Amino acid sequence: MSDFDIGRWRPAPFLPEADSRDGSLTFVVATLCFLACLTLIAVLATNRAARDWTSQLDGQATIIVRPKANETPDGAAARAAETLAGVPGVAEARALEKEKAEALIAPWLGAADLSDLPVPRLVAVQLTKTAPADAIALDRALKAQGLDAVVDDHSVWMADIQHAAQVARWVGMAVFGLIATAAAAVVAFATRAGLAARREVVEVLHLSGAEDGFIAGLFQLRFAKMAAIAGLFGAGAAAIMGAILRLAGGGQGLTPVLPITWLDLLAVLPAPLAAGAVAALAARLTAQAMIRDLA
Amino acid sequence: MSRNPNATGAPDADPAVVRFDDVSMRYGRAPEILKDLTFTLAPGSFHFVTGASGAGKTSLLKLLFLAAKPSKGLMHLFGQDVSTVAREDQPFLRRRIGVVYQEFKLLEHMSAFDNTALPLRIEGRKPDSYRNDVAELLAWVGLKHRMHAMPATLAGGEKQRLAIARAVVNRPEILLADEPTGNVDPEMGLRILKLFVELNRLGTTVLFATHDEDLVARSGMPVLHLENGRLTAHGARP
Ligand SMILES: Nc1ncnc2c1ncn2[C@@H]1O[C@H](COP(=O)(O)OP(=O)(O)OP(=O)(O)O)[C@@H](O)[C@H]1O
Ligand SMILES: [Mg+2]
Repeated sequence: MSDFDIGRWRPAPFLPEADSRDGSLTFVVATLCFLACLTLIAVLATNRAARDWTSQLDGQATIIVRPKANETPDGAAARAAETLAGVPGVAEARALEKEKAEALIAPWLGAADLSDLPVPRLVAVQLTKTAPADAIALDRALKAQGLDAVVDDHSVWMADIQHAAQVARWVGMAVFGLIATAAAAVVAFATRAGLAARREVVEVLHLSGAEDGFIAGLFQLRFAKMAAIAGLFGAGAAAIMGAILRLAGGGQGLTPVLPITWLDLLAVLPAPLAAGAVAALAARLTAQAMIRDLA
Repeated sequence: MSRNPNATGAPDADPAVVRFDDVSMRYGRAPEILKDLTFTLAPGSFHFVTGASGAGKTSLLKLLFLAAKPSKGLMHLFGQDVSTVAREDQPFLRRRIGVVYQEFKLLEHMSAFDNTALPLRIEGRKPDSYRNDVAELLAWVGLKHRMHAMPATLAGGEKQRLAIARAVVNRPEILLADEPTGNVDPEMGLRILKLFVELNRLGTTVLFATHDEDLVARSGMPVLHLENGRLTAHGARP
């Protein structure tokens, strides 16, 4: 036909354009990337939440002061606060008023009349950030002043909460690891399926004298691109989801359970690259195996 | 690489382009399809390969275009023992061999022009260095008006001629043709034969597998006849 202009002819791509099966491949890769990214955002938020829980309790201690016979409860508490304030590593020590102390134990005693009970007084101690005093130092200082007091530096609580935070962290990491692995496996399988659909092309190129690395390179590039684009969609969707959660939680995020920050959303950025890299590797290995099968 | 058949010491010193010494071949663990083949092809020779369906014609060609390995025996191509050729070097050996496959093996996503240009592109040549040659070749095989056509839209005979054009476009030293007249009428078959004879005159060593006894008889060229995987005639007229 005269409409074919030899001078204008440009070589066609070695590989066929998108196969009809590639659509579902893209969708599956995008979906798994989305799930993996969402999990990652959740893991980051959980980590932050766990850190917040512990830091709130950290740096504080509570002292229970029992008045001796020759002293009023308020006097004992005031003396204890004064003593503690002088201990190195203590930023602030404050005796809680009687009402506050009573309010704290009310849940255990009900609406009973507490006025004639020798309710112990509490001293709240704020420790310094840099070199906080430990429970032993506080205890020694109180004993030296002849005060009958029990130091609670929240270590029991702290251990529990740190344990819970650690569990949350590990569970999150494990879920993320599982989903990321599944995503990688799916990318690899999808790439293999895509290659199988183009087996004849591999064969013809091979028999026509194309080098193994050249053929593998064609597929590597093609599938890396496809997976990276799918990964971009998945990661983008996860980032949008994260942003919605962030906005829904107001300025605080969903604190204290899932305090998402805008910075967390950046964590999805490597996903398209990772998907592309996995697909490239899978395409390379599959193409090489396929070529080796030919002869 | 030296192509001088008279050079001594070099791998190409062997005057034969193809040399089989007791070569056998089988698929997997199946019984041998080809048994103890011994023959040589001189440069610039023309041979038919004949035999009943299933005799092993295609299998013999597969050995030659390095799509299968002998299970036994020695096979030399261009004076090189093929079993000693490294995998990375095999593509370069393949580029010296043109093949018309029995089932064509055209790339469906490429036009006739692109299919024909494929071996040249694989060699890394620039389009401007070959676009006119490709057009000329396609005209020569009677596809002047079908250059832009996709293989799926071509008739059987047209596909056959396209496969032939691709096989010869890079002026291979050996041309292997597997039933290249299987899908065309006798008249076109004769034209294709003439085309191969012409290429052969230009120096290409031709191996032409066919059922067509008539064509073989008319051409007067020597025959390698396969029967139950063995060669029964070499260089003799049927
Ligand atoms: N890939 C394969 N795997 C296993 N057996 C095969 C394979 N290809 C061919 N064969 C067997 O090898 C034998 C020879 O086949 P081959 O294709 O070489 O014959 P042929 O002479 O080319 O036949 P035809 O004239 O029908 O093209 C046949 O018995 C066939 O069934
Ligand atoms: Mg055959």
